[in-house]
Amino acid sequence: MRLKAHLIKTTVSVATLIGCLGLTPLAVNAAEDADIAEGKKIAFDRKKGNCLACHMIEGGTLAGNIGPPLVAMKARFPDVEVLRAQIYDATEKNPNTIMIPFGPHGVLTDSEIDKITKFIYTL
Amino acid sequence: MKTIANVLTAACLVALPVAGQASPESDLNDFRDHFYKKFPDTPKDDFINGVYSIDPASREQWEAFEEFPSYEIYIDKGEELFNKKFANGKGFADCFPNYEKGIRQNYPYFDSGSGSIVTLEGAINKCLTDNGEKPYKWKKGNITYVSAYLASKSRGNKINIKIPNDPKAIDQYNRGKKHFYAKRGQLNMACADCHYHYAGAKIRADILSPALGHPTGFPVYRNKWAGASKKGDGMGSLHRRYGGCNKQVRAKPFKAQSDEYKALEYFHTYMSNGLEVNGPSQRK
Ligand code: HEC
Ligand code: HEC
Repeated sequence: MRLKAHLIKTTVSVATLIGCLGLTPLAVNAAEDADIAEGKKIAFDRKKGNCLACHMIEGGTLAGNIGPPLVAMKARFPDVEVLRAQIYDATEKNPNTIMIPFGPHGVLTDSEIDKITKFIYTL
Repeated sequence: MKTIANVLTAACLVALPVAGQASPESDLNDFRDHFYKKFPDTPKDDFINGVYSIDPASREQWEAFEEFPSYEIYIDKGEELFNKKFANGKGFADCFPNYEKGIRQNYPYFDSGSGSIVTLEGAINKCLTDNGEKPYKWKKGNITYVSAYLASKSRGNKINIKIPNDPKAIDQYNRGKKHFYAKRGQLNMACADCHYHYAGAKIRADILSPALGHPTGFPVYRNKWAGASKKGDGMGSLHRRYGGCNKQVRAKPFKAQSDEYKALEYFHTYMSNGLEVNGPSQRK
């Protein structure tokens, strides 16, 4: 009996798991889209990323031109981690950069930087 | 360490007048050259006009403003205050005997007696307190009216800041220079980032002005400050602007007329030597 119950339980869990897996691509897509949308909001927010102060970004107005326009990001950053590192702390690559060290100076949280990275990677 | 190094350099300069590496004079030449190269279309004596010296688009609108300048009434108020006798019968003219010829171009200066920097605002308030009067507030109001009046009398005179060969003067100069080039605040930006390296670039919709010529037009009447004032008074001192620019990068501003800002003004104004005084002026 005990063994049987265990088996059933396992079966159920496996079924749940399979069910979940079946749903996964959809759920992940929705979560990704939400992150990207939020990343855009944080990037454009003057009190947060304020990336438009220095970068032209599609969909943003009154952009500055201190930094390069953020376009064709996948071509320029084949590795998304390199892009994230640039946004997290631009001084790693260029110690004198005017770009804000968003991560180390606590201007943005890790999760905000993740979301901005996802958004910027769509450009 | 840096200060010691610079004092040593200064000491070396005395011994070897040929090696002019980090002297204020060579700094000044490099500073000017940077902007002359960056803005070849701007006549060299036009840097006194801030962002309007490099941006023809906004210059036209500004010139229209300058036809009927908003600071005019404050020059008049300054003149009135200047000519009002103190309770002891004396007046500002006793402290500033050369005011008719113009004195703005000589401030700030290094006072060897006290080893400190004397700004025009500092001298105005010292005149008041020496004569038993109450000093003015530092950043706006009466002090900017009197300094606007004195600046208006000095228009056309050339900025003439001296860095005497005194280690204490060199120290003040280097302190100001360090402030100008050092990254600060949560946003980690230096004055030099915005007004030296990226002068002429757009930060959002604002064009960054060159630091060359910055101090010549102060005090200024800013539309933004007028909007924030109940009386619509947009006058502000250079140190008021320093505080604003420090705050922009989320750095704690220093107090107006603190030693830090006086040193910054000393360096910043020395870098405009030879340019004409054109204060007060009108700004966005
Ligand atoms: C104050 C100016 C400034 C701000 C604000 C700023 N950047 Fe930058 N950024 C620069 C500059 C300048 C560069 C060029 C590289 C350098 O000088 O370090 C740069 C480079 C980059 C690059 C590399 C581009 C490439 O193709 O090499 C990316 C990506 C980037 N920034 C993203 C961002 C994002 C995202 C934000 C907002 C969260 C942001 N930046 C905010 C100034 C800025
Ligand atoms: C984040 C960019 C930034 C930094 C850093 C910055 N400023 Fe500014 N500053 C501006 C902007 C924008 C303006 C308004 C447009 C203009 O005149 O440049 C301005 C204006 C000024 C003005 C008025 C110029 C005029 O003609 O009226 C002075 C003076 C000035 N800044 C000095 C400084 C000093 C000194 C520092 C460092 C303590 C500093 N700024 C740091 C962005 C900055």
